[in-house]
Amino acid sequence: MANIPQRIVHEYLRHDKKFPHVWCAGCSNGIVLGAIIRAVASLNIDRNDIVMVSGIGCSSRMPVYVDFNTLHTLHGRSIAFATGVKLHKPHLKVIVVTGDGDCAAIGGNHLIHAARRNIDLKVVMINNNIYGMTGGQCSPTTPHNAYATTAPYGNIEPDFDICNLAMGAGATFVARTTAFHVQEMQSMIKEALQHPGFSLIEVVSACPVIYGRLNKKGGAAQMLKDFRDNSLPLAAVEKLPPEKVEGKIIRGILRKEIRPEFTAEYAALCKRVQTERGE
Amino acid sequence: MAKTFEVRLSGSGGQGLILAGIILAKAAVLENRKVTQTQSYGPESRGGYSHADVIISDKEIYFPEATNINCLLALTQEACDKFLFDLCENGILIIDTTFVKNLAMVAENTYEIPFTEIAQEKLGSPISTNIMALAFLVKITGIVKESSLKKAIEETVKPAFVDLNLKAMQIGFELAKK
Amino acid sequence: MTEKEISKQTKHKTPSDKASLAAKPESKLEEIQAKHERKTILMQGNEAVAYGALDAGVNFFAGYPITPSTEIAEILAAELPKRNGVFVQMEDELASICTIIGASLAGAKALTATSGPGFSLMQEGIGFAKITETPCVVVDVQRVGPSTGMPTSPAQGDMMQSKWGSHGDSPAIVLYPDSVKESYELTIRAVNLSEKYRTCVILLLDEVIAHMREAVCLPDIANVKIINRIKPTVPPQWYKHYDENQKYLSPLASFGEGYRFHVTGLTHDSHGFPTNKPGEAAEMMERLRKKISYNIRDLVQIESYQMEDAKIAIFAAGISSRAAKAAIASARAEGIKVGLLRPLTIWPFPDDAVRKMLRNVDTVIVPELNQGQLIHEVERLTKGKSDGGLIPINKVSSELITPNEILNKIKEVC
Repeated sequence: MANIPQRIVHEYLRHDKKFPHVWCAGCSNGIVLGAIIRAVASLNIDRNDIVMVSGIGCSSRMPVYVDFNTLHTLHGRSIAFATGVKLHKPHLKVIVVTGDGDCAAIGGNHLIHAARRNIDLKVVMINNNIYGMTGGQCSPTTPHNAYATTAPYGNIEPDFDICNLAMGAGATFVARTTAFHVQEMQSMIKEALQHPGFSLIEVVSACPVIYGRLNKKGGAAQMLKDFRDNSLPLAAVEKLPPEKVEGKIIRGILRKEIRPEFTAEYAALCKRVQTERGE
Repeated sequence: MAKTFEVRLSGSGGQGLILAGIILAKAAVLENRKVTQTQSYGPESRGGYSHADVIISDKEIYFPEATNINCLLALTQEACDKFLFDLCENGILIIDTTFVKNLAMVAENTYEIPFTEIAQEKLGSPISTNIMALAFLVKITGIVKESSLKKAIEETVKPAFVDLNLKAMQIGFELAKK
Repeated sequence: MTEKEISKQTKHKTPSDKASLAAKPESKLEEIQAKHERKTILMQGNEAVAYGALDAGVNFFAGYPITPSTEIAEILAAELPKRNGVFVQMEDELASICTIIGASLAGAKALTATSGPGFSLMQEGIGFAKITETPCVVVDVQRVGPSTGMPTSPAQGDMMQSKWGSHGDSPAIVLYPDSVKESYELTIRAVNLSEKYRTCVILLLDEVIAHMREAVCLPDIANVKIINRIKPTVPPQWYKHYDENQKYLSPLASFGEGYRFHVTGLTHDSHGFPTNKPGEAAEMMERLRKKISYNIRDLVQIESYQMEDAKIAIFAAGISSRAAKAAIASARAEGIKVGLLRPLTIWPFPDDAVRKMLRNVDTVIVPELNQGQLIHEVERLTKGKSDGGLIPINKVSSELITPNEILNKIKEVC
């Protein structure tokens, strides 16, 4: 029975305490939560060794529902808190759940420096293109010309490609998928959990109640179908002419490389300092 | 010697005055005296104003800034102009005539020595002017023993510069004999 | 009573956990002590803070460079790796405070050091540490503000910010040393209190004390009293992250120990889960208030100096209290009966000691390197004393209040 996905998810939830959850019907956050749990379960990681850290926003409400060590922090600061946890206890698996505003606007500085350090954090960035919890304001990933309550005439700013940002800053595992591609999401999270270094997974997700309504995207199901139809796997992109790639969500593992990891480097530093002193 | 002795070492950033203050304070600690050392400086590492205060006493020192200066060392005109009037009655003024050309007030106990020129001439660099002037000050005032100063220099400056600074100290002592 | 002579605070009991401390690699402090055969050495205020932190068992520092606190970070960058502690330089002060809170939740004794502008940036994080009852210490070496102000010059302008800087009601513990030696002692006390009361404790330092060097003889490390957080003894399913027991101090588990608790900056119930119930919200806020107000006697330390026969009192902290002591020596030489009441803990405010002082003197002079902050707390307790009885001396020019300025004021009123 234990291998039935629903059972696995149920087993990891704080079901007796904290439900119903705060998310709207049709929200993608639950899909991502399910994928994280299944990835953890598939690797048999002791849940006592997992710390889930989040900031502020809809997606950042996730930790309260799941039976790990959980830390719901300040807006934008989840990666900084996670850095403290990881540096003091490097054997813990630290998963950061964050949104596009939390991660790329108010928390952008922590994102790039954690990526630069290559500290072994697993950042799952749920990108719904809007500030949902505060009612639909423009975020750094709100597309150009899209509508938000603070962009009532359409957004005149260009949007952020957060995967590119993370790669530019030195992240060693960067992947993108959508809320439609659940299996892919789960396998990416699984791979990130096994990767020794800073990992960022962007999940393009649906906010049908706020972003969807403001931009006439149809319902939740329609938005997920759009993710299916408007995205391309990385392997396919290479074979297509640029005009066919334009405007598409590119899915896949965009970078995977090995570079010295920060907590390991710090442990080596301590050893070196102590050895030199001993001589 | 007065029970409490207040020294202000003044000049500009980069002249090593804070280091000189630390060395003087350490020398006092070696003699089991009470001591405080404070400093004031601008944002510049080189240039700008800078001064170090050292208060040496046999009793508890409450206020750590020199308010009634027993001995003022001024290595620049600006520092001399700024602090001259804080010198106490019968206070000792030591100026580096390489840079201090005018005295706004005639102090009774004034020593005029071209420290920087002498350092350049005898040691090939002005880098140890601070130690030379400090040694001069120690010899003139007698606030700490010469041997304590020597030990404090050895403990404080980087090993590679100990010899140079001890030479500068010796020159400072000899200048004071004259 | 809340009054304690300063000398009492150095008399420590033998710690019960001495063994674990002795097992650590020797600190630079020990080297210094060995080298000088535990003689008095010349030490800077910031150095004393760093060595105090190490001796208190701090094993995690995250910070960002800022004058005039930087020496603390520089010393810990050299010392912590020697004892398997973590030093990390963060991208800003927002990250620094959050990182030490994260480390503390994983079980570290964590500290950061900053100055005015960085302290302002840390306020949201300080509020988080308080609402989540997570131990940590913030050292604020004050400089002239507001804004960038005068980075290398002294001021005492953060007294109110250290209490009210974070939004919402959040009772504070703030300690305030007046010397290099006391900087060492109060750093240890700050760490101890943060562990005992599960909160962010703030150490306010004057720039001039942080950079001042004095002859100091530090105690033998074996005589340093260390307090560690209480660990839970119940099985995980019974663990409450905010369990009330005596005097509102509750055990604290760390991440990775099997307790799998939840921590949130949202108003929460005793398990740590968010709540919107007015009853639970009020209960949480009362916990935060009571754990300070029910323990005032343990938290408040004051020095009462030549107050026995005083008709005039000076109420001052930090460097201003040292100017006051010098002024008192001169005034006493002229037969003027004046004394000093000095808070080593400015928050919670030493109400009882100040009330007692007000009963016995005619005039209180409050010198502060700001435009008037602590004086309003004294005023709150005067209740009907005429305006003439409370006299401020304020300075925010980058210069210190001098003994002469205080002496002149004493002579004006006597």
